[in-house]
Amino acid sequence: MNAENLIALLIAAPLLGAAVLLVGGRRLDAVGHWVGTLLSAASFVIGVILFADLLGKDAEHRTLTQHLFSWIPVEGFQADVAFRLDQLSMTFVLLITGVGSLIHLYSIGYMEHDERRRRFFGYLNLFLAAMLLLVLADNYLLLYVGWEGVGLASYLLIGFWQHKPSAATAAKKAFLVNRVGDMGLSIAIMLMFTTFGTFAFGPLLGTHAEPGLAGGASEGKLTAIALMLLLAACGKSAQVPLQSWLGDAMEGPTPVSALIHAATMVTAGVYLIVRSAAIFNAAPDAQLVVTVVGAVTLLFGAIVGCAKDDIKKALAGSTMSQIGYMVLAAGLGPIGYVFAIMHLVTHGFFKAGLFLGAGSVMHGMNDEVDMRKYGGLRTYMPVTFITFGLGYLAIIGFPGLSGFFSKDKIIEAAFAKGGTEGWILGGAALLGAAITAYYMTRVMLMTFFGEKRWQPDENGNEPHPHESPRVMTIPMIVLAVGSVFGGAIFGIGDRFLHWLEPVTGHSHGDSPVSALTVTLATVVVLVIGGAIAYAQYGRRPVPAVAPRGSLLTRAARRDLLQDDFNHVVLVRGGEHLTRSLVYVDHTLVDGVVNGTAAGFGGLSGRLRRVQNGFARSYAVSMFGGVALLIAATLLMRAV
Amino acid sequence: MNPVNYLYLAALLFTIGATGVLIRRNAIVVFMCIELMLNACNLAFVTFSRMHGNLDGQIIAFFTMVVAAAEVVVGLAIIVSLFRTRHSASVDDASLMKL
Repeated sequence: MNAENLIALLIAAPLLGAAVLLVGGRRLDAVGHWVGTLLSAASFVIGVILFADLLGKDAEHRTLTQHLFSWIPVEGFQADVAFRLDQLSMTFVLLITGVGSLIHLYSIGYMEHDERRRRFFGYLNLFLAAMLLLVLADNYLLLYVGWEGVGLASYLLIGFWQHKPSAATAAKKAFLVNRVGDMGLSIAIMLMFTTFGTFAFGPLLGTHAEPGLAGGASEGKLTAIALMLLLAACGKSAQVPLQSWLGDAMEGPTPVSALIHAATMVTAGVYLIVRSAAIFNAAPDAQLVVTVVGAVTLLFGAIVGCAKDDIKKALAGSTMSQIGYMVLAAGLGPIGYVFAIMHLVTHGFFKAGLFLGAGSVMHGMNDEVDMRKYGGLRTYMPVTFITFGLGYLAIIGFPGLSGFFSKDKIIEAAFAKGGTEGWILGGAALLGAAITAYYMTRVMLMTFFGEKRWQPDENGNEPHPHESPRVMTIPMIVLAVGSVFGGAIFGIGDRFLHWLEPVTGHSHGDSPVSALTVTLATVVVLVIGGAIAYAQYGRRPVPAVAPRGSLLTRAARRDLLQDDFNHVVLVRGGEHLTRSLVYVDHTLVDGVVNGTAAGFGGLSGRLRRVQNGFARSYAVSMFGGVALLIAATLLMRAV
Repeated sequence: MNPVNYLYLAALLFTIGATGVLIRRNAIVVFMCIELMLNACNLAFVTFSRMHGNLDGQIIAFFTMVVAAAEVVVGLAIIVSLFRTRHSASVDDASLMKL
């Protein structure tokens, strides 16, 4: 059997799971979670088989394509359902199915007492299928299908506890904000079609050896396409200015947060930019915008993460920040693409681990999310503590762990951009690393160290923190192992670089500072950030009620006023716009239409008086008319 | 005699007829004025026929007479029935066709 034919099965397995679980009804309640998990794992196994097949070929021939059928076969408009598996999509497939399967396994324990667990697994499978379709599609139109599928699945999962109004609102918000980005993608696809006549990856993006059509268009058009793609990426990846949905998305069950933040959804934007490298490479202005968006978001998310007392929201801020790193790297061009994806993969491990750890803490604490009511949990939950701790060391970039290898490379690449831009971007990335160390240390100290701060709730139930069941801790352990060794496996000997280079291309750039200096600086800032957090939260007791805090802290608690901004500018602005449009419609458009009608009505009211019924007056008008005609005829002759 | 004089006469008769149609109220008189206009036209046709030396105009004059005869039959019938219903032959009294 050819390896190509397996590609469709990758998507088919979770899709089948979603169909069976959602259509099957209550009969499957008892086994639904295992069906979902097994089908997800089956997809992972197929992914591993394909990966082994790719490794067996030489680097230039590692692109498999499978043409399933012609979707819209019209003259001059060819849309196929075809898949492309190359090193880039292979990386994503393994991440999505691998981390996704672990999250499925974890959810079995986490959602044990939820009566709608079968439906939950159906949605999880749908999420995986949509994401796999997104990364495996061989043209932008099919990618768009997966893109929308991810949006749908995220809506269903964020609002899974739909009986809570906050969850329903958060789901709606995520969906609406994502629609803005989706519009960017659809406009980009239309622009591609009008410019190049195709949106298939092969002819459009070309290969390393022969560049595709993308280089041939004018720079203005390419910049427009690239900016629209960036808008799409901003929506899915929660980048400024479309970041506001991510924090609220924490309303979903914790495994959903892990899935959205680590393996799927937010990585889609980075995938889109790296996949469209050929377009971005030819549009330097757009690339600059991408780097700015990345740098702004990485600081924005980090600052928000510092102020949140809700453990999931602090981690959400961290996700935004880490994705900002990836987008920044992707905007740097060939010097950054590989590292963006490498950070994406390592982030997939440690962020999934952190979220699952947070979920485990909540599981033991009666779903309490306020870190000020945790404290001293390390003795109660040793496994969660150790796995979370390893994830923590990985995300702050502790030397030797996975985040160190990938983040360090991104900071290095940012400096290598050269010129003033390089210094600014590199500086922002370094500052981000310091803040990351600060807020993650804060989370760690508030949750696992210090005195216990939890109180009985209003019903007198005191939480009894306990370790989570085996089905939840095993995925956490696996992810922790990945967080520890992933970076070394990828980074040492540039293995990941050589693996991905044939797809994305790579250049080393010209860094004004040596790699060793950057590494030392990274370690220094991470020690400083961690030390400040220790001084604030480790050395003195954490107050159970949040202090008022400075102006910046209060702003950061409100997500740096993102919702207030959106409300004032977009909601109010939109209301004013619609109101003025209604006014214009009523006065101008309706005025013209009604005025025309009234004018004709009045005129005919006057004209009808001519119909007086007197035969002689009709005769006068006839004679007058004939006389006029004759006069006119004579006049024309004379002239 | 100069044939143009006949044209002057025809114009004069036509004008008298047209004026009569416009200013008289009695349907019979209006009718007679219409006949006057028709005959003024006939005179003009015959005159032109003579001036141009062919018979087309004279043939049309015959046609006009035939049509006028038919018209008289219909017209007089209308006037009679009008008089019977309204006891008046005034054209202004028959002004029902208005808004």
